[in-house]
Amino acid sequence: MDFTIDWYFLIEKLLLISAVLGISLLVAMYSTWGERKVAAWIQDRRGPNRAGIFGLLQPLADGGKLFFKEEIIPSHANRFLFVLGPSLAMLTACLTSAVIPWGDSLTIGDRIVSLQIADINIGVLWIMAVVGMGVYGIMIGGWASNNKFSLLAACRGASQVISYELPMGLALIALFMLSGSLSLKDIVEQQREGVWYIVLQPIGFLIFLICAFAECNRTPFDLPEAENELNGGYHLEYSSMKLGFYLFAEYINMFISSVLMATLYFGGYAFPYMDSLGLDGNMLTILGIVALFIKTFFFIFVFMWVRWTIPRFRYDQLMKLGWKILIPLALLNMLVTGAVVLFRQYGI
Amino acid sequence: MQSLTNRATPVDRRPMNLWEKLYLPAIFKGMAITLGHIFKKKATVNYPEETRPFSPVFRGLHILNRDEEGRERCTACGLCAVACPAEAITMEAAERLPGEEHLYREEKYAARYEINMLRCIFCGFCEEACPKQAVYMSETFAPSNYQRKGFIYGKDDLLIAHPQKSITENKK
Repeated sequence: MDFTIDWYFLIEKLLLISAVLGISLLVAMYSTWGERKVAAWIQDRRGPNRAGIFGLLQPLADGGKLFFKEEIIPSHANRFLFVLGPSLAMLTACLTSAVIPWGDSLTIGDRIVSLQIADINIGVLWIMAVVGMGVYGIMIGGWASNNKFSLLAACRGASQVISYELPMGLALIALFMLSGSLSLKDIVEQQREGVWYIVLQPIGFLIFLICAFAECNRTPFDLPEAENELNGGYHLEYSSMKLGFYLFAEYINMFISSVLMATLYFGGYAFPYMDSLGLDGNMLTILGIVALFIKTFFFIFVFMWVRWTIPRFRYDQLMKLGWKILIPLALLNMLVTGAVVLFRQYGI
Repeated sequence: MQSLTNRATPVDRRPMNLWEKLYLPAIFKGMAITLGHIFKKKATVNYPEETRPFSPVFRGLHILNRDEEGRERCTACGLCAVACPAEAITMEAAERLPGEEHLYREEKYAARYEINMLRCIFCGFCEEACPKQAVYMSETFAPSNYQRKGFIYGKDDLLIAHPQKSITENKK
């Protein structure tokens, strides 16, 4: 068997992976800055404005502080699991970006470079799986701390993430009935030719949005890290960069959820009248990336906006919303979508 | 039971209708309110760069005044200390010696004059009590300090600059 290594392919993918990781980290970093700015504006304050112009160096200062803080591992904690927790949270947060199509393909010389690390045909399934794994970071961290508040928060986190994964999956199934494909690239290309899926699946999008808030442990579903009842939640015993990893993982998750919402329901890198502009391929691809990021930043803003508007749910309300409202609604949405798809295929 | 003010209204305990049960309209309303706040005028003053404007009658840190020739006006009569409701002012008097006429305006002067800014309530009674127009209240407030003794202001802190000397000479 002839076996050769396509070096260009390898370099291309390596570059793409580093770029995607770098951009995710950068966006997550500046989301912390954005979060504080949005919080301040909503509360009629100014927000960080001392470090650099508009406080733009604030995330660097925060990161530096976290790096140089003393690292405390409680004496009764399981050391291995204690370190594994935040590492796993960070790993799962970074893994999801692999299947997202960041743009169409670029033509460099005679090579066509796809701006997607891996176009696997089970793209969304991969994301669901990795997000589901993310709960281990919370669980292990909360359990290994050997602190009852951490454990309580970890239990809450685990049950919350599992409860909200169900309606999220059900909402996505309705979407896949329309798209007929699990590959994110296909879904985007379909929206490029047809209409955005938000038009066909408004209820599905609403369910997905609510579940995304819950999966990212953001307000109003931030019970695992409820400051006032659990002293900070599952990362109570964590200090220095291990705490930083947990907080950072949350912001990366937020970024990825926003990209995912833009990709699945708002056309991803496609924008209206894209193909009637008469631009050449590379130009169109770059514009597409810009469009994707505009949509993404809007959703990140929505995440923050909601956080500073809506107070936290009580635990029983959270469970009631998940199991008694969202799951039946998602099932109904799925049934109606299925019926419509069948009707359009076969008629009556 | 009779209410005290007649302004009490009973709490609306009707069960929620479908529109209210949806919650989403109320959430969007709330989000519209918070969005509106983003564009409102900020309450914060960028402190070191901007300061909040004070009223023209603002009573801030005290100063000890000099006359046109740069002589201290205070004669250590103690009226300010008597007027002070917080007992923040203490002083020690001394007699002017021959050859010190260019330093002190009258025969008696304050050798030591201290105001404890932690006790002071900035009422301005000292300013009113002073018969020699020696104590005035300025438009600044006491800067922060790490120690209590840092808030006891002596003559070095209170006396205004000599009107006929340069900045470096005044520093001495």
